[in-house]
Amino acid sequence: MSVEPNAEPAGANLGAPAQTPASPDKGMFGIHGTGDVSGFGGLVRRRPANADSPRPFGGYFDEVHDALEEAYPAFADAVEKVIVDRGELTLHIAPEKIAEVCQIMRDDESLRFELCSSVSGVDYLGSDNRRLHVAYHLTSLTYRRRVRLEVAVAPGTPVPSVTAVYPTADWQERETYDMFGIVFEGHPNLTRILMPDDWEGHPQRKDYPLGGVPVEYKGAVIPPPDQRRVYQ
Amino acid sequence: MTTSGYATERETTEGRVFTVTGGDWDTVTGSIDPLSNEKIVVNMGPQHPSTHGVLRLVLELEGETVTEARPVIGYLHTGIEKNLEYRNWTQGTTFVTRADYLAPLFNEAAYVFAVEKLLGIEEQITDRARTIRLLFMELNRISSHLVWIATTGMELGAISMMLYGFREREYILDIFEETTGLRMNHAYFRPGGVAQDVPASAIKKIRDFLVYMPKKLKEYEAMLSGQIIWQERTQNVGVLDVTGCLSLGVTGPVLRASGLAWDLRKTMPYSGYENYEFDVPTAQTADVWGRYLVRMAEIRESLKLVEQALDKLTPGPVMIADKKIAWPAQLAIGVDGMGNSLEHVAKIMGQSMESLIHHFKLVTEGFRVPPGQVYVGIESPRGELGVHAVSDGGTHPYRVHMRDPSFVNLQAIPAMAEGALLADVIAGGASLDPVMGGCDR
Repeated sequence: MSVEPNAEPAGANLGAPAQTPASPDKGMFGIHGTGDVSGFGGLVRRRPANADSPRPFGGYFDEVHDALEEAYPAFADAVEKVIVDRGELTLHIAPEKIAEVCQIMRDDESLRFELCSSVSGVDYLGSDNRRLHVAYHLTSLTYRRRVRLEVAVAPGTPVPSVTAVYPTADWQERETYDMFGIVFEGHPNLTRILMPDDWEGHPQRKDYPLGGVPVEYKGAVIPPPDQRRVYQ
Repeated sequence: MTTSGYATERETTEGRVFTVTGGDWDTVTGSIDPLSNEKIVVNMGPQHPSTHGVLRLVLELEGETVTEARPVIGYLHTGIEKNLEYRNWTQGTTFVTRADYLAPLFNEAAYVFAVEKLLGIEEQITDRARTIRLLFMELNRISSHLVWIATTGMELGAISMMLYGFREREYILDIFEETTGLRMNHAYFRPGGVAQDVPASAIKKIRDFLVYMPKKLKEYEAMLSGQIIWQERTQNVGVLDVTGCLSLGVTGPVLRASGLAWDLRKTMPYSGYENYEFDVPTAQTADVWGRYLVRMAEIRESLKLVEQALDKLTPGPVMIADKKIAWPAQLAIGVDGMGNSLEHVAKIMGQSMESLIHHFKLVTEGFRVPPGQVYVGIESPRGELGVHAVSDGGTHPYRVHMRDPSFVNLQAIPAMAEGALLADVIAGGASLDPVMGGCDR
C-alpha cells in the first residue's frame, strides 16, 4: 500500500485558527451556570462582615483601641471601622492617615507596635469603588500583641508610604505596587520587585486577564483557569 | 584590550562592561586604570552566587570596599499566591509547600493553620495530628539549619562542612520520604490534620536519628568553632543590632543572635508548643558568628522537642472527625503502586451511593470556608513566616499572601554589606539564610 506524501489526516483542518474565540457562557465542557448538579449549589455567597463590631471587643483589643484614641487626636476622622473577627482586631484607617497612625502605633508607649510583620494587598473587585485594600499586620514585641490596619482605595488613588516609620515596609510596598498597582506616596524607590521591570499590568488584580493554552489540535484551546468549568 | 577567550568587554553609554566567568579577574583589573577609575560596579549573580537560589546583587566597589549594595530579586517568581486562587483550599498545600523549599513543612503549617482559623476548627484538631505536625516541623528545622551550616561552610571555604551537612540532612529526608512519600514538597499537612499517619518504621528512624545527630553536632563544632579561619570570617562580620533587625523586619536566628529572645513558639505559641520544654538560644554578638552559635543551639533544642513529641505521640486519628472537611479515604499504596483504599472503594461502589457523591463533591469541589480574613505567623527556621488568608465564602481562597522571612530579611543585605569588604557580603548574606523560592514565591 502506498502512502501519498503530505496526505492530510482525515478530520484535520489545518486552516483552522489556533485559538477559538472564548465564549463567555460556555466553559470547557459546555456547562451553563456553575455546573453544579447536586442541588446544593444555590447557596449565596456572603461578603465579609462590614459592620462595626460592638463593644467590648474582648481581650486586649479594647486597650489597643482606647490607647490609640487617647494618643491620636484625629482618631475619629482616621478610624473608619473597627472589626473583631476570629480573634483578630482590624482597624480600617482612612488612606491619607495611615502613615500618621503607624507612627503613633509604633511610638506610643501603651501601644508599642515595633514590628511591621506584613504588608499585603487584596483586590475586592465588585465590592465598591474603593476596591483595593492594603493590610498592615503590626506586632508588638513588648505586649505580645498583633493588630491589623487596613486601608481601602480606588485604583489610581495613592496611599502614603509607611517606610519612614517601618523601613521593612520598603519591599513589601513594592510588592503590593507590583501586584496590585497601588501607588505608595513617599516611597523612596517604588519599582517592580517580583515581575520583570517592563511588565504591563498588575497580576494579582482580580480583573487581570489569565492566559489559556492553545493546544494546536483542531483549533482547540485550554481555556484560562477562570473560564474553566469550576465549582465556586 | 583583552584577547582572552573568557573575558569579553564592550563599550556602552554607561561605561565599559566586562563579562567575567572566573579565573580571569586579572585581565579585568589590568585593563582598568586604577587612578582614574576607582569605582567598579559588579553584578554578582543572578546565577547561584551560593546555593540559596537565584539572587542578584549589584555592588558598587571602591577597591575591595562595598560602597553600595542593591539586591535584585524576582528570578524565581512562580505566582504561587495567584495560583492558589484557582485551586480549592486543600489543593493549596501542594502549592505553598514549593515556596521555601528548604522548609516545606513550615509553609504548609502556616497555610493550614490559617485555613483552620478561618474555619474555626483549631480546637477540633486531634492530639496526634498536632503532635505529628510539631514533630515534623522540628525535624524540618534541623534539616533546614543543616543546609544553612553546609552551604555557609562551603561559601566561607569549609568545603567538607557541605558534605557533612547534606549527609545528615539526607537522614531526615529519608524520614520524610518514609512518611509522606516525598523528600521535599510533601503536601503532608492538610486542613484538618495530616495526610497519613506516621508509620512505625519512621518512628524507629527518628529514634535512631536522636542518637546519631548529637554526635555529628559535636563533629561540626570540633571542625568549625575553634577554626581560626572560620572565626575570622564570621566574627564582627555582618553586624546588625536589635534596632536594625526590627526596623528592617528581620526575625528568626538573626534577631536572636543580636540578643532578643523573640521566638513565636514561646511568645505566641501555636500547635501546642506551650506544653513543651525548650529554651530559646540567643547570642549577644549580633554578627555571623552569633548566628552560627544560635543555629547550632537551635538544632539541639529541636532534638529535645522531637524527643518530647515522640513521647507524647499517643495512638488516635490524624484527621479531624468532621466529615465535611476530612478526606473520606485513608489511602494506602496498592500493589499497582497507586494510592488506593480497597475498603473505601468497595463501600462507595457497592453499598453507599451517598458516600460516593460525598467523596466526589469533597474532592472535586472542596469545602466552603466562611468569609473573612486571618493572619497566622509561625516561627520558621528563617524567622516569622506569616500567611494572610482571605476567604469570600467559596471553595477557593480569595487571596493568600505569604509573608516570607527570606523576602523581608534580604532587605538587610545593604545594611550589613555597605562599608564592608566584598568577601564579607557573602558571609553576611549567607548568615540571613535566604531561600529564593520563598523570597520570590
